[in-house]
Amino acid sequence: MATVTFRVSRGDATKTEFKDYTAETGEGMVVLDALHQIQATQAPDLACRWNCKAGKCGSCSAEINGVPKLMCMTRLDDLPTDAPIIVEPMQAFPKVKDLVTDVSWNYEVKKKIKKFKPRKPDNADGTWKMMQEDADRPQEFRKCIECFLCQDVCHVLRDHHKHDEFIGPRFFVYTAALEMNPLDTEDRISDLKNRDGIGYCNITKCCTKVCPEHITITDNAIIPLKERVVDEFYDPVLKLIQLVFRPRKKESEA
Amino acid sequence: MADYQTHEHDVIVIGAGGAGLRAAIEASASGVSVGLVCKSLLGKAHTVMAEGGIAAALANVDDRDNWKVHFADTMRGGQYVNNWRMAQLHAQEAPARVRELEAWGAVFDRTPDGKILQRNFGGHKYPRLAHVGDRTGLELIRTLQDHGIHQGISVYMERTVVRLLKDGDRISGALAYDRERGRWTVFKAKAIILATGGIGKAYKITSNSWEYTGDGHTLAYDVGAELIDMEFVQFHPTGMVWPPSVRGILVTEGVRGEGGVLRNKEGKRFMFGDIPENYKPQTAADEEEGFRYVLGDKEARRPPELLTRDHVARCIVREVKEGRGSPHGGVFLELQTFAEWFGKKSKGFNAAEHWKKKLPSMYHQFKELGGLDLTKESMEVGPTTHYMMGGVRVDSDSQMSRIPGLFACGECAAGINGANRLGGNSLSDLLVLGKRAGEYAAQYAKANPATTIHTEQVDSAAKWALAPFDRTSDENPFKIQADLQDMMQDLVGIVRKEDEMQRALEGLEKLKARAAKVQVTGNREYNPGWHTALDLHNLLTVSEGITIGAILRKESRGAQFRDDYPKKDNAKFGKVNSIIAKGPDGKMQIRLEEIPAMPQELKDAVMAEAGGVLPDELK
Ligand SMILES: Cc1cc2nc3c(=O)[nH]c(=O)nc-3n(C[C@H](O)[C@H](O)[C@H](O)COP(=O)(O)OP(=O)(O)OC[C@H]3O[C@@H](n4cnc5c(N)ncnc54)[C@H](O)[C@@H]3O)c2cc1C
Ligand code: SF4
Ligand code: SF4
Ligand code: FES
Repeated sequence: MATVTFRVSRGDATKTEFKDYTAETGEGMVVLDALHQIQATQAPDLACRWNCKAGKCGSCSAEINGVPKLMCMTRLDDLPTDAPIIVEPMQAFPKVKDLVTDVSWNYEVKKKIKKFKPRKPDNADGTWKMMQEDADRPQEFRKCIECFLCQDVCHVLRDHHKHDEFIGPRFFVYTAALEMNPLDTEDRISDLKNRDGIGYCNITKCCTKVCPEHITITDNAIIPLKERVVDEFYDPVLKLIQLVFRPRKKESEA
Repeated sequence: MADYQTHEHDVIVIGAGGAGLRAAIEASASGVSVGLVCKSLLGKAHTVMAEGGIAAALANVDDRDNWKVHFADTMRGGQYVNNWRMAQLHAQEAPARVRELEAWGAVFDRTPDGKILQRNFGGHKYPRLAHVGDRTGLELIRTLQDHGIHQGISVYMERTVVRLLKDGDRISGALAYDRERGRWTVFKAKAIILATGGIGKAYKITSNSWEYTGDGHTLAYDVGAELIDMEFVQFHPTGMVWPPSVRGILVTEGVRGEGGVLRNKEGKRFMFGDIPENYKPQTAADEEEGFRYVLGDKEARRPPELLTRDHVARCIVREVKEGRGSPHGGVFLELQTFAEWFGKKSKGFNAAEHWKKKLPSMYHQFKELGGLDLTKESMEVGPTTHYMMGGVRVDSDSQMSRIPGLFACGECAAGINGANRLGGNSLSDLLVLGKRAGEYAAQYAKANPATTIHTEQVDSAAKWALAPFDRTSDENPFKIQADLQDMMQDLVGIVRKEDEMQRALEGLEKLKARAAKVQVTGNREYNPGWHTALDLHNLLTVSEGITIGAILRKESRGAQFRDDYPKKDNAKFGKVNSIIAKGPDGKMQIRLEEIPAMPQELKDAVMAEAGGVLPDELK
């Protein structure tokens, strides 16, 4: 057992300050355990979100020593403990209190993205035939736990505050899951270009690096979507060929 | 007078897990206005954590499966004290509910011919669980969420309901605080659906999150609804045991479904030594047969690790008690024996890749939290409080409680599971009975006039809730909660005894007295200390219900194991449920009630799967 200092951001939207707390560490402990200890013994009104404590719900997002992370999956033995461990809320969203931020913007963004629209069922009982190799791609994206860490790290939101013009990596992943679902027939490509601001992404790959689900956000979701946007809008010849000779979707990711 | 905002809807759904979302979707599709209230953010409810799969007799992997077999399996698992009508509806309607998810965008794992893949699970005769790796709950909740947000449902996130309101006999609304600012909201409605989930936070070791404080159970009980089967708390056999900070976190049964084997410290595969009579005909004779079953050999029978959860959990407790446990008080769960066996048969088999694909989130969980590689090393596992079979008593077809306009579905409602739930039957229950609750609540709302909110009810609840701020005492809410959890774990846990449970009842009285003095510091804004203080009432209520139910049932059945009555007693308890309600004096009362006779068609279905013999409970 050792004693570790946690420097936690306290306060609300109007006033924020760092406060130091100490926690007794034990084997296998994660940052969220330490915060719970602090809550139970020193600061019962310390606000943070959590649910599963196992990296499955995406509630406990925060910045630990400046890096966007899930608090429940960050082990203390992976952090330097000679200096205080700094815990702050995500920076890309308005602060509510302590480590809790207002992420409601994300829910509004999602509502605007056109919903899943399947083709007519293949079978009389209302089911479809889908092979595993076709399911693999959307399944990668559907692993997303909506922790919004990728949104937090993306400079377009974090530094340039383009929340009105740019949906962020999480929702490119969401759009990609829909677009690459082999049953889907909806078209979201013009929205991606005109409304969702996919052009703002300059492929820095910061989002991929922080994703706790290890989704290859940039390479597998954003770049193929960007290609589709290019196909559709800047290459009328290619587009015509696509329209005449094959259904627009699917083949392009082969 | 309390200062509050009002939101009015025809139907208010409290809880946004699988059950609440499915209910809200159904109600709003039938044209009424729907409000959906939840304690966490949307999409974070417990359902998101479900791993193994959704049980439905789709017969995609084994065409011998059908609803009757699923029904018989569910009844056998529940030791025949289930509400048979619910179990029937569940088995019949689950396939349609799963297919519907696909139409709403879910992407399940596939069979080689492109259908929804199904896996083996404890107590299910055929591979029956539709799944997505080991993150099925995420797929289910996200699909419902992404479908639901386009249905015109009003969502109220991070609001905790503390009291239901009544207008005469009818339900009329709910009072909630918002976590962010601690302000009051009254949700006025003609019908209310409770879908608040379970009670796991009454115990120290649990797979459940902070949300599982028995809110729906208590909200319903406090306004006069009945609770049923409260003695039946499911302890899942495999939770993590090491390191301490992850103790209780679930290790999905899918690990055993994919070939995982349990061993004690002597290396013995102890489950082969203890197979209950009524499961013998269905259980593998040796290791070879069990593994062939895992691979889908239709001639083979299931390995003993896939016996029902109550039984496996008790075998683990026995091994540990008798000194054959693992270093940290569990037993070993390993995948290497299967991998070796399979590796010999199939040349190209790559164990590491295979497990990472089949059990990705378990791999991740052990790697990052347990510091071990499950493809190469043994895991340490032990029982963890997991699921509540008991809950609000509702009508089997409509899900309405005895309070007009108050419905319940999902884990906080009860009946379908009897004495023990089979894995995978919860997610399907959420969909089938959640849909029904939504449908009937909408019908009820259409058929009935508006209600009135009586402000004195709001005022008294608000006053009660704010009182802890004005007290000066040294009763800390976290400490009371921890003491309760320790006590329930020790005295009303997996193995129960009369004298210990009597002590628990005394302990509960003391804890109630302490809770009445609980004090909180800080203000009403996002204050976990305050939230925990208010949850105590719920945790204490369900703990009392569990304890008096367990005392009354002087036998061992399913999840209830009595050391002093280690056998089933069909004559006394084989045909009855325990029913709890608040008495006129405000005290908790309990009684036994006879289960209605099962129709012949269903008896035949049970018999067909029980070697042609009708179980004693159904005679
Ligand atoms: C780790 C784990 C794995 C599991 N795996 C499986 C599996 O593979 N297959 C299976 O069938 N089952 C599984 N289960 C069980 C299953 O997941 C749950 O029983 C089920 O998800 C419960 O769903 P629900 O809709 O009833 O409640 P939940 O999903 O828990 O939702 C409850 C909702 O109610 C809200 N709420 C609660 N109280 C209040 C209040 N006072 N005011 C406002 N809102 C409130 C919460 O915020 C939440 O939104 C698993 C459970 C766990 C813990
Ligand atoms: S790759 Fe694009 S979306 Fe991702 S962080 Fe960089 S700019 Fe943002
Ligand atoms: S894509 Fe990854 S980082 Fe972004 S919200 Fe989803 S899980 Fe989190
Ligand atoms: S608590 Fe669920 S991801 Fe951390």
